[in-house]
Amino acid sequence: MSERSIGLLGERKKARLEELARASADKGGVSLVRDAARRLRRNPVAIVGAIIVGLFVLVAAFAPLIAPHDPVQRFDELTRNLTVDNIPGASSEFPLGSDPLGRDFLSRLIYGSRQTLFVGVLATLIGLAFGVVFGALAGAFGGWIDVILMRLTDVMLALPSLLLAITLVAMASKSSQWTVIFAVAIVNVPIFARLLRGSMLAQRESDHVLAARALGVKERNIVLRHMLPNSLTAVIVQATLTFAVAILDAAALSFLGLGDPDINRAEWGLMLGVDGQRYFEVRPELAYYPALAIIVVALGFTLLGEAMREAIDPKNRR
Amino acid sequence: MSLLDVRDLSVVFQRRGERPFTAVDKVSFTVEPGQTVGLVGESGCGKSVTSLAIMGLLPRRGNKVTGEVLFDGADLLKLRPDDMRDRRGRDIGMIFQDPLSSLNPVIPIGIQVAEVLERHRGMDHKAALKEAKELLDAVGIPDPMRRLKEYPHQISGGMRQRALIAIALACKPRLLIADEPTTALDVTIQAQILTLLKQLVDETGTALIMITHDLGVVAGLCDTVNVLYGGKVVERARRHELFGHARHPYTHGLLNSVPRLDSPRGERLHAIPGSVADNIPWAEGCAFAPRCPNVVDACLEGPPPLEPTATGGDLRCNNPVSEEVAVP
Amino acid sequence: MLRVIVRRLLQLVVTLIALSALIFIWLRNLPGGPVDALLGERATPETRALLTKALGYDQPILVQYGKFMQRILTGDFGNSIRTGDPVTEVIGRAFPATVELALAAMIIAVGLGVPLGYLAARWRGRFLDNLTIAGTLLGISIPIFFLGYLLKDVFTQNIHWFPPSGRVSTGIDNTNVTGFFVLDGLLTREFDAAADALWHLLLPAITLATIPLAVIVRITRASVLDVLNEDYVRTAEAKGLRHRTIRGRHILRNALLPVVTAIGLQTGALLSGAVLTEKVYNWGGLGTLITDSISGSRDYPVLQALILLAALVFVVVNLLVDLSYAFIDPRVRVR
Repeated sequence: MSERSIGLLGERKKARLEELARASADKGGVSLVRDAARRLRRNPVAIVGAIIVGLFVLVAAFAPLIAPHDPVQRFDELTRNLTVDNIPGASSEFPLGSDPLGRDFLSRLIYGSRQTLFVGVLATLIGLAFGVVFGALAGAFGGWIDVILMRLTDVMLALPSLLLAITLVAMASKSSQWTVIFAVAIVNVPIFARLLRGSMLAQRESDHVLAARALGVKERNIVLRHMLPNSLTAVIVQATLTFAVAILDAAALSFLGLGDPDINRAEWGLMLGVDGQRYFEVRPELAYYPALAIIVVALGFTLLGEAMREAIDPKNRR
Repeated sequence: MSLLDVRDLSVVFQRRGERPFTAVDKVSFTVEPGQTVGLVGESGCGKSVTSLAIMGLLPRRGNKVTGEVLFDGADLLKLRPDDMRDRRGRDIGMIFQDPLSSLNPVIPIGIQVAEVLERHRGMDHKAALKEAKELLDAVGIPDPMRRLKEYPHQISGGMRQRALIAIALACKPRLLIADEPTTALDVTIQAQILTLLKQLVDETGTALIMITHDLGVVAGLCDTVNVLYGGKVVERARRHELFGHARHPYTHGLLNSVPRLDSPRGERLHAIPGSVADNIPWAEGCAFAPRCPNVVDACLEGPPPLEPTATGGDLRCNNPVSEEVAVP
Repeated sequence: MLRVIVRRLLQLVVTLIALSALIFIWLRNLPGGPVDALLGERATPETRALLTKALGYDQPILVQYGKFMQRILTGDFGNSIRTGDPVTEVIGRAFPATVELALAAMIIAVGLGVPLGYLAARWRGRFLDNLTIAGTLLGISIPIFFLGYLLKDVFTQNIHWFPPSGRVSTGIDNTNVTGFFVLDGLLTREFDAAADALWHLLLPAITLATIPLAVIVRITRASVLDVLNEDYVRTAEAKGLRHRTIRGRHILRNALLPVVTAIGLQTGALLSGAVLTEKVYNWGGLGTLITDSISGSRDYPVLQALILLAALVFVVVNLLVDLSYAFIDPRVRVR
């Protein structure tokens, strides 16, 4: 910028010129991640999603402080008139009334956020962990490892998601909380594996990896420092979206009678799928509230994930 | 009366939450029937936006177009969208930069030529296909009968651009706009396409607006040249005036940066320093000032006016290159 | 092209063989073994030994696998533990019900999804677009069995527009020809039966269509937005073509390519969703069969056949979708 302003120009004008040029040149040069984060913060969809997710986590964390009662205790006031056709409704003591076993429905809903978070997070993380290992191995080494791993994902993808989960649960001798978590997790393994592998293969051929290889960087370092980090953003986005799918799948398994058999456990999917179904005619609220909770939380994670995906999409960079 | 008279055309892009950006800033020029006019400048100077504004092809939202575009005396900017649609392809044809992406990949070439004939010349499908074959033949595509049924990915880049020229000229428009028609092509093909364009324009009497960053293209084709910088016309001259006596330092720089076979060995090519990113807003002074070797104090005191020159052109410069200094 | 087909077919066969092997291993390793699973825990050692021999479980594992495959390939899946009927018969009875439901759902999803997606893209950022996007987000966030109950509650309990469950009303005498009740009614000219079947079909089909509909709307919208930015659309505009021509020939023809793939993948969502929807509406198809075969004691012969059938349908549909590309997209044809 300096040499070209020839001596014809006065000193003051020279300074002004430098200033103007600097102002107009100061546009580019923002890093990919920071650029994405900036767009994310400006996106109202992302903000709504983040608020929902944040509230959900807060409620789960502070459930004991928020809930008015113990979620597993059966109250005499509630059990006294309890029959299959009559489940006590709202009262000042129990703002949302009773569940079919005479427990405080509101407290169970609040505590339910904990179990739902637990199931969703574990199912997502387990699926992610296996998927990332599979995908990274296939993407990094290629060759026969790639072929075997991809045929394996083919087999898993040959069954539609819920049917695979049903099959997996049916394989277990007894259903428990863990059969649900694992079944839902394993459904997502091939999705993560494919995603990571695809992204890594694309990067194998990319200029920055070729450049690193030409410079003699060790293959292991190329994979660990160049290919994996760049591919992980897409995986993280997918994980956010997977959480929503995971809690919906868990609820579906409960609805089919394949869920967690522990009657003390308060989890939204269970509440909706078991009690909500069975007593829908008598007290539809037993379905409405957990359903609403699931919908809002699934929506929150979906909004956040979609906004993240949009933010890292190079098409939206300008 | 001029065939096309563009008066004070401005295009401002306005996106929600962003500062408005003036892509084209009060551009005026005329095109006489049968004449070839060049719009020249670096990418981002507003030349393509100008052509899209004339065609009414800018997105419906996010921009403001002002000024007048008089075609045969009628203002195209004031036409109803459907009336403009009737004129596009019939009165004004256009060819674009990238012939591969400009053709629909899943439709045979023949239909892509024929549909414009069906639309504007009222032909039935059979007659249109027959005429399409003639058109492909006229633009120098060998074995046109076979090409009618082929898809864009099956023919070469040069042939695709020939097909696009056939489409644009199918209805014998009085004006053809060519937006960087050779940029995406191999050098050897470029010359063929330019020769073809010149030949067709001469034969049909169609006026041509040639949009390019390549002064070599201008030299062989244009009668008049408009040089654009930062959305404004900075110099307008007849071809020979421009190549003989470029007055604006920017035009001068463009000419000097063209490699020449007859220049002495070892002589360096003169590139214009900086890039369009170094522009300053016209309101502050001359947009080219940061890159200009002739910059003077006046250049930062507001935009210089576009003034007529002795040779019949126009110039927007406070300190032009002196006329005695010819291009080396 | 032929080579691609052969390769895909080989892949399909490998996938299905691997799946059958997994199922075989699973059945072999049932808690207490397959014999207990068949006989229950109270069987005497004698019957147990007899059945073990009869089923060939005393033979080497590879021989057993060979016999297992042989039976599968000849379509012999044994008898249902629950009802004692041959598995093929049990599945054959339920199959048309699910196909009818899934087809109806797919027709709704595509018929509504493509126009909605196109309009949303055309009016990007406007009210209709925002409303559509909000709707699709809700559609993929709602547990569909809950939606089923909700619709059932509103349309059959509060306002009696639709029957609550089942495939036909009592008193309607429908002749069974194909097992597709709507089609049967039309074929036998029993139009009241056809109308009744359609009337029963509508609510479950809407429920099942929710997720595929949401997905198809989103993909159509994204795809149309991509195509709108393509140079060839600008060329078409520069030619002054009529809006109709540009929309049909230049935008939709290109934009629908990804949608076709999505439709194939949504078969999976339909199969999954059918399990839930059929339970809500007591539909009596394959979904109901799966649920019944799992709850309580597991009906393994039926389960294994259902799993293989679902995989076969899903994989074959997607293969067909991929192959159909060759006819839609000339760029694939030459390869």
